[in-house]
Amino acid sequence: MRSRTFPWFSRGLLGLTLAALAIAGARAQDLKSFEQRITTKVLPNGLTIVICERPEAPVFSYSTFIDAGDVNDPSGQSGLAHMFEHLAFKGTSEIGTTDYAAEKVALAKVEAANDAYEAEYLKAVGRDDKKVAELKQAFLDAQKDAHKYVVPNQFTDVAERNGAEGLNAFTALDETVYFWSMPENRLELWAWLESGRLSDTVPREFYKERDVVVEERRMRTDSNPIGRLVEQFLATAYVAHNYGRSGVGWPSEVSQISATEALAFHKKYYAGSNIVVAVVGDVKAAEAMPMLEKYFSKIPAGPKPEEMTTIEPKQFAEKTVVIREQTQPFFLEGYHRPDYRDPDDAVYDAIGDIMSNGRVSRLYRSLVEQQQIAAVAQGFSPFPGDKYPGLFAFYAVPLPGHTPAEMRDAIHKEIDRIKTADVTDDELQMYKTRTRADLLRGLADNQGLANNLAQYQTRYGDWRELFKQLDKVDKVSKADIRRVANKVFVASNRTTAEIDTDAPAGNSTKSGGAQ
Amino acid sequence: MKSLTSGQGLVDSEQGVRSVPVFALACALLGALAAPLSLNAQQSKPWEQIPVPKLHDFKPQQPKRIVLKNGIILFLQEDHELPFVSGSVLIPGGSRDEDAAKTGLVGMYGEAWRTSGTAKMGGDALDDLLEAKAAHIETGGGDDSTSLSWDSLKGDADQVFTLALDLLLHPDFKAEKLGLAQQQVATGIVRRNDDEGGIAGRESTKLVYGANSPYTRQPELATIGAVTVDDLKAWHDRTIGGKLIVSVSGDFDSVPMEAKLRAAFEGLPPVKALPARHDVFSDPKQSVYFIDKEDVNQSNVEIVGLGTDRHNPDVPTLAIMDEILGGGFASRLFQKVRTELGLAYAVSGGLSFDYDHPATFRVTVLTKSASTVDATKAAMGEIQGLTSKPFTAEELARAKDNILNSFLFRYDTKDKVLAERVRLEFYGYPADYLETYKAGLEKVTLEDLTAAAKKYIHSDKMAVLVVGNGPEIKPGLDELGLGPAQTIDITIPMPSRPAGAPGQAEKKP
Repeated sequence: MRSRTFPWFSRGLLGLTLAALAIAGARAQDLKSFEQRITTKVLPNGLTIVICERPEAPVFSYSTFIDAGDVNDPSGQSGLAHMFEHLAFKGTSEIGTTDYAAEKVALAKVEAANDAYEAEYLKAVGRDDKKVAELKQAFLDAQKDAHKYVVPNQFTDVAERNGAEGLNAFTALDETVYFWSMPENRLELWAWLESGRLSDTVPREFYKERDVVVEERRMRTDSNPIGRLVEQFLATAYVAHNYGRSGVGWPSEVSQISATEALAFHKKYYAGSNIVVAVVGDVKAAEAMPMLEKYFSKIPAGPKPEEMTTIEPKQFAEKTVVIREQTQPFFLEGYHRPDYRDPDDAVYDAIGDIMSNGRVSRLYRSLVEQQQIAAVAQGFSPFPGDKYPGLFAFYAVPLPGHTPAEMRDAIHKEIDRIKTADVTDDELQMYKTRTRADLLRGLADNQGLANNLAQYQTRYGDWRELFKQLDKVDKVSKADIRRVANKVFVASNRTTAEIDTDAPAGNSTKSGGAQ
Repeated sequence: MKSLTSGQGLVDSEQGVRSVPVFALACALLGALAAPLSLNAQQSKPWEQIPVPKLHDFKPQQPKRIVLKNGIILFLQEDHELPFVSGSVLIPGGSRDEDAAKTGLVGMYGEAWRTSGTAKMGGDALDDLLEAKAAHIETGGGDDSTSLSWDSLKGDADQVFTLALDLLLHPDFKAEKLGLAQQQVATGIVRRNDDEGGIAGRESTKLVYGANSPYTRQPELATIGAVTVDDLKAWHDRTIGGKLIVSVSGDFDSVPMEAKLRAAFEGLPPVKALPARHDVFSDPKQSVYFIDKEDVNQSNVEIVGLGTDRHNPDVPTLAIMDEILGGGFASRLFQKVRTELGLAYAVSGGLSFDYDHPATFRVTVLTKSASTVDATKAAMGEIQGLTSKPFTAEELARAKDNILNSFLFRYDTKDKVLAERVRLEFYGYPADYLETYKAGLEKVTLEDLTAAAKKYIHSDKMAVLVVGNGPEIKPGLDELGLGPAQTIDITIPMPSRPAGAPGQAEKKP
């Protein structure tokens, strides 16, 4: 994926509309001009293609947006959507193999061997350790046999040799997104590669890749103090909804995912109706659309997967997580809020902006500049996702000598202020102006635009919402901000997580047993 | 609805940057080994039947370059797609030129410059004015330069430029803003051992350049506490008369813009160059170093040596060699350590190039504690393999395809073209450097690769650093056969009187 600092450190702004354009004599930047340059088509299999012509240079970027992420992992299989994403780079029956017919047989044996090994290994009563060892060996042997047919990394190799730039993907809780950029003369080659890997995924080297994913968990979560804190924070804030579950997967679950499970996930969630592909760049829709239609029609049709029925019950108990360890202090809290379709969605954005955006923001001015107790203090929402009700979160990084408790008190003071007095006209206007400008700034980047078009087409059924959202931004009032703040920022709706620094047990640089 | 914040992904694209104190987190990369592809045995290759038409004609728009008679350089790049204007002034001289006893000065200068503002308009008032217009003026300090940049909607461009120019020429450094910057840096210092990747990147670079080198020394509480407002003023006075490079891009007409920039900069005194640097670089000694971190379950392994600079005529060959070693999914490191062995999510590396001093050779592997030795050996094997395992024609062709077919992404936007020209100007490279470099890449042969590997890859001049959980690392690092591991002390020095605002930071963290 692309840079993954913690979400709140990246200043992600999708921005909203376009009315901005009125500001400056619109050219390439208003909805009307995009209407002329964007072509949308829903294929018979339900897949939507969005093409945006932007012939600034002979290149294009694409974004394939799957409306499924780790929130959709079945119970006991956390990390599955992400595991599938890795599999989608391993090739198809046509690429990455020396002999698919033989490989297919060998892969079936791998799966049978894994099933037998796991069945014995997981026996609650009467497990035979000798048998476990034998079955494990048989499983490893089967993998070795299947590996004979593999041309390693051929899918990515062909893409890279043809100029793919920024080739990557990410799996979030709400969605899985694949993307790269290429010279425009490789459009058809890309369509072949992309449609193939979406429809004809082969569970090649699955179990080795599972080890890679477990290493990814160690890097992002286990070996990272804030990664550990955030995992515990979400697990505490949610009691029912999957937003409380580790996205990369609980170690015992992600390490047991099978290829069969990954392919079942694919069958259900990679149906045409659940996919939007956006292409932006030096592409002529009239020529490209028939070609793209030919390739992407290969993707199986299927019903749009049923929506999740779990709704997080209303929180009535304030909850706290404290990690005591020898790392520096950190403070984080969150309040449940509605999903992105809520009529007040833009009001939450306004609160986030006024509290957190830049040196004029309330939290910066109060905690960083005036009280001088924090290096950073911000609020942001929604987290960890927007498709389902997420959290409005606040965090602060204490200066040396200051404590999480001071962060909490200072943040609560600012929250009380926004609940009890109106924001100023200047603050509200600043939010609206910056939102417009940020939207505009994002329009000159093929990859960013492709991601946004695909996301809005998925979430609203119409990419135009990317621009139309500004109407909602314009309607946000001071009274809205107070009303929403009073509704959401209440103690019983709060979960707090902090790192309290433990005194070192001894010399911090003891020599370990690694010598 | 906000834009995508992502979750976990296929490859980690964040390189292990040094510094970025508070939050720099994980890093990772790509790696590579060519398990030689058994292409002969492959079934049909349908993708080879897909036509690749001729690429649309494209001539990147070059910025207009103007040399003022005082030596200041202007670049103008018109871009009318969106109604914005942005600009920057690049100023020679950076943290490598600061007094070692005041390490951290340039970083804090870059912060306090903007937050202090000018006599006409203080930093806070500037914040209010700019944010209301969704405009920005920012300053910053780097290794070899400092900079001031601005951007705004077109309609505000004149006013924002006037403010930026005032800040450039008439800064009014304030003690309270220096104090804020000191606190920020102090926070980074006391947190720098929380981040395993940060420790690995920082300490391995010290193994290459030396702990006290201008390229690696760290700000400490004592050195940042020694910086005064007078130091910031003196730094500004010392550097502002240097060879400035002013670049502007966006929705403007070049004729009036040139006139405006001339009026602003032509009256300044003739530029004076900073004294040339005479840094001495030497290879590290082959040895294993270890830093214990008890709260992790994954080791960060760095194998490091001295790299080279872009003046070196072997750079095109070395770039191809890098691509073969660690440049992508098909590279030797990635294929071996990640795909074949499944020992790492993050594995990457190669020889890198700086413009005016040798960069590092660096291979990074992140692996679970128990496989530290196996993964390190596998990575070292691939490094050594550069001199012992012959490069194949297939590897050479792939590396060239990878680099050359994506070469146009170095200049596919007007801003990238401008940034490249400014970079070349700053370091004194010819404006057609990219073309020369590309031609050099195209000419690289297998013989060149073999010779370059022999000349540049010496595993006896590479240090291995492991940051990880000591008790979990079994087998131990002595199994690497490089002698006993030497423990590096990363204890953060705590001066008796901590830096930052008096009275605020007295409690020890």
